[in-house]
Amino acid sequence: MDFFGIPIQAVLGQLMLGIVNGSFYAVLSLGLAIIFGVLKIVNFAHGAFFMLGAFVAFMSGRYLGIDYWAALFIAPLVVACIGIVFEYLFLRRLYGLDPIYGLLLTFSLVLVLEGGFRVAFGSSGQPYPTPELLRGVFNLGFMVLPYYRAFVIVAALSVCLATWFLIERTRLGASLRAATERPDLTQAFGINVPLLVTLTYGAGVGLAAFAGVLAAPIFHVNPSMGSNLVIIIFAVVVIGGLGSIIGAIVTGLALGIVEGFTRVFYSEFSSTIVFLVMVAVLLLRPAGLFGRTEA
Amino acid sequence: MSDAIATTTAARAGDPMLAISGLQAWYGESHVLHGVDVDVYPGEVVTLLGRNGAGKSTTLRSIMGIVPRRTGSIRIEGQESIGLRPHRIARCGVAFCPEDRGIYATLDVVENLELPPRVRQGGMSTEQVLQLFPNLRERLRSAGTKLSGGEQQMLAIGRILRTGAHLLLLDEPTEGLAPSIVSQIGGTIRKLKEQGYTILLVEQNVRFAMTVSDRYFILDQGQVVESHDRDSFERNFDTLMARLGV
Repeated sequence: MDFFGIPIQAVLGQLMLGIVNGSFYAVLSLGLAIIFGVLKIVNFAHGAFFMLGAFVAFMSGRYLGIDYWAALFIAPLVVACIGIVFEYLFLRRLYGLDPIYGLLLTFSLVLVLEGGFRVAFGSSGQPYPTPELLRGVFNLGFMVLPYYRAFVIVAALSVCLATWFLIERTRLGASLRAATERPDLTQAFGINVPLLVTLTYGAGVGLAAFAGVLAAPIFHVNPSMGSNLVIIIFAVVVIGGLGSIIGAIVTGLALGIVEGFTRVFYSEFSSTIVFLVMVAVLLLRPAGLFGRTEA
Repeated sequence: MSDAIATTTAARAGDPMLAISGLQAWYGESHVLHGVDVDVYPGEVVTLLGRNGAGKSTTLRSIMGIVPRRTGSIRIEGQESIGLRPHRIARCGVAFCPEDRGIYATLDVVENLELPPRVRQGGMSTEQVLQLFPNLRERLRSAGTKLSGGEQQMLAIGRILRTGAHLLLLDEPTEGLAPSIVSQIGGTIRKLKEQGYTILLVEQNVRFAMTVSDRYFILDQGQVVESHDRDSFERNFDTLMARLGV
């Protein structure tokens, strides 16, 4: 059986890989989109927090004996706390200024974090074991699907859906949307917007760290693992529509799949395709696929 | 003018619900309020009048703490609020309905209605608000900004009645609305007054204001230049209208 002359196994294999990558894109771009929506800050450090999540899992495993399952909860919390401190001490001073300041500050954080981990652990990367429970594969007949990759897809999409639900369907989410749309007025109703903003940043980078822990057993845990992703994530957020929650999730997943297919048919093109899609979308729908055009 | 002030203050007893003195406010470099003095007593409806740019809306925004910079004194039920952060000010028992109505496009009608947290006991329930404004009931799951102008205004007033705040600041609630809706809003304001609410109103529509107000403050260039009770306002109606450029 083949598909335009390419064995179906190869196509499905790349499709699966695309969905796994797309799951990472979805979780990361979701956090980036939420942070941009509420803080109006382009969080260039998003990839660094992803890397930090993977390193917290790795270090807590090596030095404290904390296993993967615990790390999946602990690392996002630790990174969220770091993010909250960063927001409280530094980032909040830049609200209302030219966005370039936020970009520069978060970029400087990338340099500090990546540089620090490079000094401490080198740049080649550290292996992180796949949890025992998830070693092995599903043999689907037409392809094999490692348990762990299946788990990544399910875990990532569950977290995306839970986040979407929290924002779109709960009272806390309504306050957050109100704070995004009209921060002044929302404060005047007695809602502590600065606190919401701080917690949003913590939650956003916590999501990145969660993706980092999910990624640890697949990629080597290395200081530049976030930089490789962050540019694509920016493209995803732009394509989905800045600040759109559902747009970030759907676009992240879709672009992972598009990338996977491109790898099958013309692999040299696979690292470029996302940006071509971005160009096309910006030409046709400048506000992004799911973006609202501001009045 | 000075005897108008004397009669109105003498007529009031008890502590003011809202006492503003020497309020100054700035938007960046631009100095908008130059020492506003206004007091509002419990159960009163007081209207701020003045030409465009006189500082009426800025006075309301300053009370809520949502101007970049303000100084002076604003006491809400005796509590000084000038140094409080905006989300604390609402908790002093004051609620604000902005000029543009401030309906959130990303929230549906119920979410808009239930957004402001309760700051006091005794606020209306969502059900009571819907009894007051039955038009909203059919639109509960519509996006807030899909409503007509009149419905949006009802939503904007309705949502602050849930909070339990007894001091309401209404910024031009009749602007751009059809006459039938304006009279419905007027009826609502009188009903709220009967229930003991205290209302500080900003209006361009003087004839509307006269149907609900107990007292008036005239603002010009960021200061209160005159104050009137109902009688003196009616006596001086023609001069006032000329001065307000209506």
